[in-house]
Amino acid sequence: MPTEQFYYDNKTVKRFAYAVLFWSIVGMLAGLWASISLFYPSINLGLPATSFGRMRPVHTNAVIFAFVGNGIFMGVYYSLQRLCKTRMYSNLLSSLHFWGWQLIIVAGAITLWAGKTSGKEYAELEWPLDIAIAVVWIIFGMNMFGTILRRREKHIYVAIWFYIATWVTVAMLHIVNSVELPVSMWKSYSWYAGVQDALVQWWYGHNAVAFFLTTPYLGLMYYFLPKAANRPIYSYRLSIIHFWALIFIYIWAGPHHLLYTALPDWAQSLGVVFSIMLIAPSWGGMLNGLFTLRGAWDKVREDPVLKFLVVAITCYGMATFEGPMLSLKNVNAISHFTDWTIAHVHIGALGWNGFLTFGILYWLIPRMWNTPLYSKKLAGTHFWIGTIGIVLYAVPLYWAGFTQSMMWKNFTEEGQLRFQFLETVTHIIPMYVTRSIGGALYIIGALIMVYNLRRTIKQGQFSANELAEAPALPAITQTHGRTYWHRWIERRPLQMLVFSLVAVAIGGMIEMIPTFLVKSNIPTISSVKPYTPLELHGRDIYVREGCYLCHSQMVRPFRDEVARYGEYSKAGEFVYDHPFQWGSKRTGPDLARVGGKYPDSWHYNHLLDPTSMSPGSIMPNYGWLFDHELDTARTPAMIYAMQRLGVPYPSGYASEANRDLASQEAAIRASLKGDKISTGDNKEIVALIAYLQRLGKDIKAAPKEQTAMKDGGALMGN
Amino acid sequence: MKFIHYIEKVGGVSAYGIFSLALFGLIFTVMLVWAIRADRTMIEEISHLPLDDRTN
Repeated sequence: MPTEQFYYDNKTVKRFAYAVLFWSIVGMLAGLWASISLFYPSINLGLPATSFGRMRPVHTNAVIFAFVGNGIFMGVYYSLQRLCKTRMYSNLLSSLHFWGWQLIIVAGAITLWAGKTSGKEYAELEWPLDIAIAVVWIIFGMNMFGTILRRREKHIYVAIWFYIATWVTVAMLHIVNSVELPVSMWKSYSWYAGVQDALVQWWYGHNAVAFFLTTPYLGLMYYFLPKAANRPIYSYRLSIIHFWALIFIYIWAGPHHLLYTALPDWAQSLGVVFSIMLIAPSWGGMLNGLFTLRGAWDKVREDPVLKFLVVAITCYGMATFEGPMLSLKNVNAISHFTDWTIAHVHIGALGWNGFLTFGILYWLIPRMWNTPLYSKKLAGTHFWIGTIGIVLYAVPLYWAGFTQSMMWKNFTEEGQLRFQFLETVTHIIPMYVTRSIGGALYIIGALIMVYNLRRTIKQGQFSANELAEAPALPAITQTHGRTYWHRWIERRPLQMLVFSLVAVAIGGMIEMIPTFLVKSNIPTISSVKPYTPLELHGRDIYVREGCYLCHSQMVRPFRDEVARYGEYSKAGEFVYDHPFQWGSKRTGPDLARVGGKYPDSWHYNHLLDPTSMSPGSIMPNYGWLFDHELDTARTPAMIYAMQRLGVPYPSGYASEANRDLASQEAAIRASLKGDKISTGDNKEIVALIAYLQRLGKDIKAAPKEQTAMKDGGALMGN
Repeated sequence: MKFIHYIEKVGGVSAYGIFSLALFGLIFTVMLVWAIRADRTMIEEISHLPLDDRTN
């Protein structure tokens, strides 16, 4: 058969590789900054942009979508061409994809620093950027499928299946979770409210981990590990089972982020069962990776690439064992809302994603520049500093999480809570310091890598277009023995796309549709009323400053939480919350019942200088809230948007809302005046105080029997 | 646009969980059977794909 000559596009791979190197440092530095502000709050320099509530989303978005995102594209653009024996479908699409994605990242960082956020974790970017992400993702998909359809290899290797599943699922997750109603250019409200919003968000959040941080990287593992070890994967059969089991099970596991919340019980149980089942495919994949190296461990000792890959795969195994354990209700009761979760995700982020990316970079760059790695020794140094960094990062946080949870749940013999919330925070500050040291070591390792790769690039000769040859794909292919339906599907990428979509969509639908349809899943509480216009403004400020990143609004039905915060949270309390603000971490105390707990003046002083009210507090000062004026011109649009989302304000209220806003504002200013505090007109601080004072108040007004009866259904299942 | 309370009550919500498990079990079994019975030569051939890119 005649062979055809063609060129692999290395230029796009190079661009993505540079982007990985650049964003890895940026993303990690943002993380280091945020982590230092937990024990040294004044590192925020008194600026809004650098406070924890804004740095943290910048860090998570930069690491997930900029560092790992570009890592995915780098690996996919390299391996896909070679597995399909063809050049990428379109140079133009490759360029648009690269520059479009970098533009989104830059715009994302700027808007997050500016406080433009939708308030949903890992999906914080506002609606114009959500649309841009969808467009660039479609460009990536067209380029990928074009390449697969023009391939010269009849079989589609398992790595490509993972890429296809990644593409289709991320598209679905992003679109469903980003349904939001724009209020202005950079502000929108989630279409969903309360429990439904929480369910959609964590269905997204969990599967962002699954289909952005896991499946594409598994695809990369299935390509680059055999490459680096120069031997095929241990069991290709196992990889097939791994693929289908993983994508099918992963999509169901989202509700394990909401155990003991006001989410219906059946949905919680569903999440737990599927999370436990996830161990099987995850460990199947890990063992498949490690067994590939059987008999080649002498190579691992010498080759820095393999070292990084082995630790990455081991961390994948650790994180995917721990994940299902954390989804057990009795373990989750301890771990949730603590630093345990942060430790868990960093085993994944630093170990699995980070080290796999580093391994691939150390393998790829010498090859594309036709030169050996500048220094194997430096790569070894990076490996050890990075590994010690991971340990120093994770161990103190596991310790901190466990300790703090035990302190929260500790009662005296008289039946009183033994510790104030703040005591449990100051107790773990040494662990926060150690964590930052671990993180700093990890960054130093990454900087060593940047230097090493820069020297490698300098000494090498880059081939932008790499000559390759392969026979054209024959029209009729030879079959081996019997053909099965899977043979049929594995040669048809578009059908594969459809089947993957069906597999993941079923899970999503069964998880969510009942919560959207069944009235008894979200019992109404008649005393729960929509927010006043001033409170709505306060809520926007709460979201803007990322308060939900440190404060939950979800009292779980535990003795200690009821004793500390008050009555546990009911599904019906959140029906007007667009978006929900349950939070996932308690660096500060829960705020679901904070309304009326302190006078207005306490909140005023506390936000001006938290240590004045709570000595030892690690909360930053929010000085700018006392200067910024409230944008009351936005009020009618906000009310109108809420009405369109189903919040029952009287018709025509949008135009009258500012009158109510002014009178409530005057009342709060008068109450502050009573405590000898005078504030100017229309300051943001007043709106935030109004919102905080509202939290949890409605349910206190409800007759006791009514809430007790109504919430029973939600908590116990139906 | 309102998402809540369209339908007063859907009977047997618990069936969703059971259905989901059954569906998973079925697909997984089919997959497993296929993977075990798949042709050896073909499996060998596909697993060598990453190593056979005719460059380097």
